[in-house]
This record gives sequence, C-alpha cells and structure tokens, in this order.
Amino acid sequence: MEGAPLKLHGMWASFYVHRVQLVLHLKGVEYEYVEEDLSNKSRALLLQNPVHKKVPVLLHGDRPIAESTIIIEYIDEFWREKPILPTDPYERAVVRFWCHFVDDTLRPSFGAILRSSAEGQGAAVDNFRQNLEFLEAELRDGFCKGRKFFGGERIGLLDIVMGCGLYWNSASEDVLGLKIIDQESFPFFTSWFESFNEAKEVKEVIPPTEKLVEYVKGLLQKMFN
Amino acid sequence: MSKKDEVVVLDFWVSPFAMRVKIALEEKGIKFEAREEDLLGNKSELLLQSNPIYKKVPVLLHNGKPLCESLVILNYVDETWPSPPLLPTSPYERSVAKFWADFVDKKIFEGGSKIWKSKGEALEVAKKEFEECLKLLEGALGEKEYFAGNGFGFVDIVLIPHISWFYGYEQFGGFKVEEQCPKLGAWMKRCLGRESVAKVLPDPAKVQEFICKLRKMHGIE
Repeated sequence: MEGAPLKLHGMWASFYVHRVQLVLHLKGVEYEYVEEDLSNKSRALLLQNPVHKKVPVLLHGDRPIAESTIIIEYIDEFWREKPILPTDPYERAVVRFWCHFVDDTLRPSFGAILRSSAEGQGAAVDNFRQNLEFLEAELRDGFCKGRKFFGGERIGLLDIVMGCGLYWNSASEDVLGLKIIDQESFPFFTSWFESFNEAKEVKEVIPPTEKLVEYVKGLLQKMFN
Repeated sequence: MSKKDEVVVLDFWVSPFAMRVKIALEEKGIKFEAREEDLLGNKSELLLQSNPIYKKVPVLLHNGKPLCESLVILNYVDETWPSPPLLPTSPYERSVAKFWADFVDKKIFEGGSKIWKSKGEALEVAKKEFEECLKLLEGALGEKEYFAGNGFGFVDIVLIPHISWFYGYEQFGGFKVEEQCPKLGAWMKRCLGRESVAKVLPDPAKVQEFICKLRKMHGIE
C-alpha cells in the first residue's frame, strides 16, 4: 500500500468530509479530491460505499474506507507521524467516548432544535445546552483543563470532530433569531472554538465560514418553508 | 500492567452491550467482577457516578477508572491487553472490522427493537429492514469462519450477544434467522461453541420472557 494514491470522495459543505480533509492536511498527506453531487451520486461512490452510500469515502489504492472517524483512525494508523489520537489507551478511550458523545448525542440534540415546533423550541435549546455543558465542564476543570485544544497543544481527534460543522450553529442562530451558544454561558467552549478557527490548518482546509453559513441558511430556509 | 489489576464490569444480564465486554475479557483471560445493576429499578451510586451522561451499562472500571460505551471499552481492552488480539493487525483490515462493528452497533439492537415493539404493517416493515441488515452482515462474513481473517475477533464479539435476543424477535416476528441467513446461522453455532460466548450469553428463552415484560411495560399486547 506504500505509495498507493489516495482519493477522497466528498461534498464541499459536508463537515464529515472536512474532518478527513483536515486530518490529511495535518499529516501532510497528498490526496485527490472528488466532489460528489449528493442528489446524483457517482457510480464510483455507490460502488465504494454500497452500505451507506454517503460521503466521505477514502480510497487508498483500490481499498475503500467509509465513516469519518473510522477513516481518521485508518489515516492515523497508516501515517504515524503527528498523531491525531493520544498513545495512552485510557486517554484514547476518553477521546473516543467524547467523539461518540458529540456525534450520537450533542449533534442530534442540535438537530432537534431545528425540527422543533415553536412550543418545543425552548426545551430543545435547553437540552442542547445541557449537553454542551458537559464539554464546557471538561474544558473548565476536567481532562482538558488548561489546554488550548481538547487534544492539548495540538489539534486532536475531538477538536476535529467537534470543530468541523459548528457553522451550522452560526447559520441556525441567524435563521432562528436566537443565541444558542453564548460566550457568557460557555466561555471555555467559545475560547476553544476561537483557537480552533485560528489554527493555520483549519484556515487552509475548511471553506470560508461565510460561504458555509450561506449554504446552510439556504438549506434551513428551504426546510422551514 | 500491575499484577493486582482490579477489573469490574457494571452489568445487566440481558444487555448485549455488556455481554460484548464480558466476552472480550474472557477471551483475553482477564479476571473481572461483573456487578449486576438493577436497570429497571434503582441504578447504583457507582453507575451514576461512573457514567453520569448516559447512566447505562456496560461500564468498565479498571483500577477504579471508568470507561463507557461498549465499542470504546472493547478498543481499550484490546489495546491494554494486546494478546490475543481482537482486531486484525493491518490498518485496512482494522478499518473494515470497525466499519462492520459500527454497522452492528447502529442497526441491530434498534432494528430488533422495532420488531418486538410493532404490529401489523409496521411489523412487516421492521422485519424486512432487519432481514436486509442481516443479509448485509452475511455478505460481509462471506465464506469465512469468522468476520475477520484472523479468527474469532472484534466484529464477532460485537454481534454475537445480539443472537440471544434473536429468538425473541423470531417469536414475535414469525421468522427464523437461520432460514433467511444460513451462513450467519452456521457462524452463530460456531461462536456458541466458544467457551467465552457459551459462558456469557443468557438463555434465549429467558431473554424472550424479558422482552415480554418490556412489551407489557410499553403497553403492547
């Protein structure tokens, strides 16, 4: 597999794809990018990810890997420099737990805000904020206390999983006309997010926030009409 | 590793997720204490403290340090006690194993729950979706004895506990997994022949009784 070409099937506004792009960039690994039209998926994509038919899919030579966190762990194992995950098994477990929490609990609770009725919105926002408070607490006085990033001095897996996709929050706050993640309630999270956005590699890889926010606002306006 | 490793599993006899952890520890030859939680009644202080977000089993306590989420725990067990390995050695084969473990984790318990919770048209839909998932898994197994090429391992451990619930699904759904997916049926028998699996999996008839209890709780007749 050494020297085999890398191809990433993605969609420019998908934060699952951004995660993989960011990791490849952090590792200095070259790859070819293939933009997919998700309303008209390519034969190649459907062949490489027949089970879920989604992006991102990474092809290493002729071997497809699907699911963003699985792709990232594959990259981390194949290109061992500049590790994305810690080396200690317990620390790895803690990071993986929080990544699971973000994808399985935090993000869906954000989605619930978007799908809530007018009456249910308050409760949905409260629920999301209660979930976010768990991460705020880790940054404030948990395992990430005093750290610039969740991963320490360098961006790690949890930074990537949490940081990519937060433009959904900006877009939603705009469209719904309410503040969901405010600095007063979430000072550590807000500060962390600033550090994440300021990171050189994030600026180099992730499309401009304004463009992503515009895109999401377009989707939300269609959703609400 | 210290010679006096204290390994505790917060457990619930019918939880397939907890069974995964117990099977993995058995396979590794790690001595552990399984503490039964009363999940339908009162959860212990230890559980609430160790897993404050989800308050669920399994929780692994390794020398007092808690780990939650069965797949996270399985990875931890494999990395902490590397022999015998649960995951293959090559990065690509590991990613394939993790993919199918993730698929089982997302689809099987929820899919099965839809079966025992439904009636009529909804039940037919649930059965069809469940069968499609099993067929995909059967495709992944192929002609192999176990899911990975290197023997009984990660994906087998993640999937095998669910078969203790299959009998219940079959009774309520009116189908038989072995008939729809014979290769999976053969794999199930093969796994049940392993000491770790035979020791950990509960009697499917008891699980079916438990599901009946759940149905009553959910107001399903």
